[in-house]
Amino acid sequence: MPDLLFELFSEEIPARMQSRAADDLKKLVTDRLIEAGLVYEGAKAFVTPRRLALVVQGIPARQPDLKEEKKGPRVGAPDGAIQGFLKAAGLASIAQAKVEKDSKKGDFYVALIERPGRAAIDVLADLLPIVIRTFPWPKSMRWGSGRLTWVRPLHGIVATFGPETEDPDIVPMSVDGIKAGDSTHGHRFLAPQSFRVRHFDDYVKQLEKAKVVLDAERRRELILTDAKNLAFAQGYELVEDKALLEEVAGLVEWPVALMGSFDQAFLAIPPEVIRTTIRNNQKCFVLRDAASARLVNRFILVANTEAADGGKVIIAGNERVIRARLSDAKFFYESDLKTPLEQRLPKFKEIVFHEKLGTQWDRIERIERLAAELAPLVNADVDKAKRAARLAKADLVTEVVGEFPDLQGLMGKYYAEAQGEDEAIAHACEDHYKPRGPDDLVPADPVSIAVGLADKIDTLVGFWVIDEKPTGSKDPYALRRAALGIVRIVLDNAIRLRLLPILAAHRQNQLRGLGDVSLDGASLATSLLAFLADRLKVQLREQGARHDLVDAVFALEGQDDLLLVVRRVEALGKFLDSEDGKNLLAGTKRAANIIRIEEKKDGVTYSGDPDPQLYRQAEEWELARTIDVAKSEANAAIEREEFAVAMSAIAKLRPHVDAFFDKVTVNVDEPPLRANRLKLLNLIREATRAVADFSKIEG
Amino acid sequence: MAANLSDSMRPQRSFQGLILALQRYWAEYGCVILQPYDMEVGAGTFHPATTLRALGPRHWNAAFVQPSRRPKDGRYGENPNRLQHYYQFQVILKPSPADIQDLYLESLYAIGIDPAIHDLRFVEDDWESPTLGAWGLGWECWCDGMEVSQFTYFQQVAGFECAPVAGEITYGLERLAMYVQGVDRVFDLNFNGRDGDRKVTYGDVFLQAEQEYSRHNFEFSDVEMLFEQFRMAEAACRKYLADGWANDEKSRHRMSLPAYDQCIKASHVFNLLDARGVISVTERQSYILRVRELAKACGEAWLRTDGGGAA
Repeated sequence: MPDLLFELFSEEIPARMQSRAADDLKKLVTDRLIEAGLVYEGAKAFVTPRRLALVVQGIPARQPDLKEEKKGPRVGAPDGAIQGFLKAAGLASIAQAKVEKDSKKGDFYVALIERPGRAAIDVLADLLPIVIRTFPWPKSMRWGSGRLTWVRPLHGIVATFGPETEDPDIVPMSVDGIKAGDSTHGHRFLAPQSFRVRHFDDYVKQLEKAKVVLDAERRRELILTDAKNLAFAQGYELVEDKALLEEVAGLVEWPVALMGSFDQAFLAIPPEVIRTTIRNNQKCFVLRDAASARLVNRFILVANTEAADGGKVIIAGNERVIRARLSDAKFFYESDLKTPLEQRLPKFKEIVFHEKLGTQWDRIERIERLAAELAPLVNADVDKAKRAARLAKADLVTEVVGEFPDLQGLMGKYYAEAQGEDEAIAHACEDHYKPRGPDDLVPADPVSIAVGLADKIDTLVGFWVIDEKPTGSKDPYALRRAALGIVRIVLDNAIRLRLLPILAAHRQNQLRGLGDVSLDGASLATSLLAFLADRLKVQLREQGARHDLVDAVFALEGQDDLLLVVRRVEALGKFLDSEDGKNLLAGTKRAANIIRIEEKKDGVTYSGDPDPQLYRQAEEWELARTIDVAKSEANAAIEREEFAVAMSAIAKLRPHVDAFFDKVTVNVDEPPLRANRLKLLNLIREATRAVADFSKIEG
Repeated sequence: MAANLSDSMRPQRSFQGLILALQRYWAEYGCVILQPYDMEVGAGTFHPATTLRALGPRHWNAAFVQPSRRPKDGRYGENPNRLQHYYQFQVILKPSPADIQDLYLESLYAIGIDPAIHDLRFVEDDWESPTLGAWGLGWECWCDGMEVSQFTYFQQVAGFECAPVAGEITYGLERLAMYVQGVDRVFDLNFNGRDGDRKVTYGDVFLQAEQEYSRHNFEFSDVEMLFEQFRMAEAACRKYLADGWANDEKSRHRMSLPAYDQCIKASHVFNLLDARGVISVTERQSYILRVRELAKACGEAWLRTDGGGAA
């Protein structure tokens, strides 16, 4: 059966877009083939910097013939209906339709529609241009005077179709003046001439001869193997880097790994600085000594050519650039070491943190004071927390961090260590930023925790004060990340912290007079707590908890101890999984609905204690009594933070709520009785509020 | 081409030889060889021959050296690679020809970079100029791991779609020269290709300037004056734009170029203020937007002129 060979030859495709593009190409073409009834045997897509290719094997030469039965109106139907049917079915006269007998409903017309299948090559001629025009590149451009858009200028299309045993046909298609053909080009420098291709097998072979490795996976393997071999031959180990490997494989059609070296003296710089420079700027790999795991003065570059001189000039060129960059880095590092971190602090008086929030100096002072307040709450030494807070941001004005902003924090740690600071303080310089991302750990050392929390709290309270909250699409100050950081630090370290007073105090004391002066600490704290609650919800949802349960707990007043909230949510979840829980939830909702309807009708609120004199049935007595008991037991348990016990206490209500609804009519004719019963229903609701706001629970 | 030159004119020996070789190459292609724009600009892109000519339907091929001022990059002449003033070589081809990449590579061969022994790559880099309201897709061109040129297909300038699309190639001349001459420090570049006491180095020409301008840019520039200059340039730009309409229907403009001059003046003054450290993070955004508004308005005016293809 025939195969399709399809290649889109263009200018260099960004490395980061290549893998997805191959997947998209395969999906777009094969989806449309299936839609057209062309069931193929197999398909594979490939990508290099200059070409996107697809082979689809075993496509039938024709679409299957389409036989369809279209049911029409009954025999003897009005002419309009008959005409409509003829039109829809594409028949010239009713004589062409069959008559099908149905003794019950009467005979009706049926049209047999036969559409012969089209030749697959014609189907391809139609669908391939559509694929090209609608291709989902993340970024796309026009070029010259054309109107087509593609990731970079498109220069040629190969589209051949036919069985392996014969010379294939060229799919008769063209896009914006580029006509599909059967020739492509080899490596830009090593074999730029064009050559004709027939089927996939000879395409791959000829490309290889023309110094193009079509398969990205194979390029990655070649690079990894060659790099490891080069390293091993010198007694070193490659520092593997999956992301770099993938990027580099997307920058070459013919990978040639080469090893270069740099001056030993540069190894005095922190290894992260060396690696960041060499990796980010030069896209090269670093090597380490197998035994000591320390970096060595070698690097591996991957060239896209076989140089006539074996690569000497290429290596020398890369070495030059790396020497210049490491030189800069070393100069900066040594220059940085000359100034103790605390001496850098005055500079922060000249750096604005935010127009409305003052300078970085102001901020560091706030963080220092807050860290001192938080220290005892998280078991940190107060003096160490203060000093750590003072020094933690100092590296921002160093030369190295100026050059390599990604290394902020890490350099702080190095500089702190170099000047003999306490270990906890040095680590806090780096760790107070954590967690930096979803995969990052949270700090575990109390000093880091104190500074980390202080930093994030000051950020959030500050931006809340000036009303710069994140929107759905914009969060330029990374406030969500800061909030999530607080949540994770507190939960992962099982810290008991009442956030409302802390947030309010920070606003009232440290940020006094800033921003909206009418926004007081308490209101700000409540609003900010809701924001933290949202992050908690997301966090818990990822762990499988129900977000409505979190809402139900937060709806109670003053729930600002995140750890307690989580424990409550867990207990609530377990409770609602039980029969008692499910039924009590149902009963409470029923009660709430009835009250809502009646309150709306009457324009009155039914709250306050019912009058025991007005009870008429045993079920009312029982319910009232149980509510009292359950409520006080639950509240007592909550005081002791025994949430499971509190749930059990509330569970006692269930049989009595059920009995009440079973036997007692709420909407009786006597108004005082009715009102009293509604108040009793309200009491049910209030009782459950000891553990959660059941109205927020779904189901 | 390089083989026929006298020794002192070969790009491998002479900075000016490199410049002349590039000019010659593109002149032979048919580009109009312009001279640098006579105002302070941060890049060749700001030259009206790039930004304005990129707009509108008219075809345009030009090449020129553009001295570029980047006040923030000053290092008092102490950094071997970084300068607050350097030369870009700018090429603009509109519409971008199908063989533009090959043309570029040939130009490298013309200045002595032999593809047989060098590793030349096109590494994704998209360009954006917030002040000009412009963006394009393209690459950094790497030679043996070093970026030597920026290659961009303009998609939008001054907020307007470019049709046809212009291809812009910007060479970092000092960087290229350092590579081709094999020197590690920009001030050691041989400027005129001569030897001994007839040799003039890049440092002979520019070191003092680097020192003096760094001092000025970071420490002494008159901040009050600069803020006032920004305001004046902004106001003048608006005035010329407003006064330049030929009729009430605003179908024709008659002062797009003088207005644009004021726009790039404002942009350079902003760069000076920024280097001086008197613009806060939040204010920066606001200044950039102000310049962008001017650029967009100038682009709009240009499109209503002959050069911009107005009827």
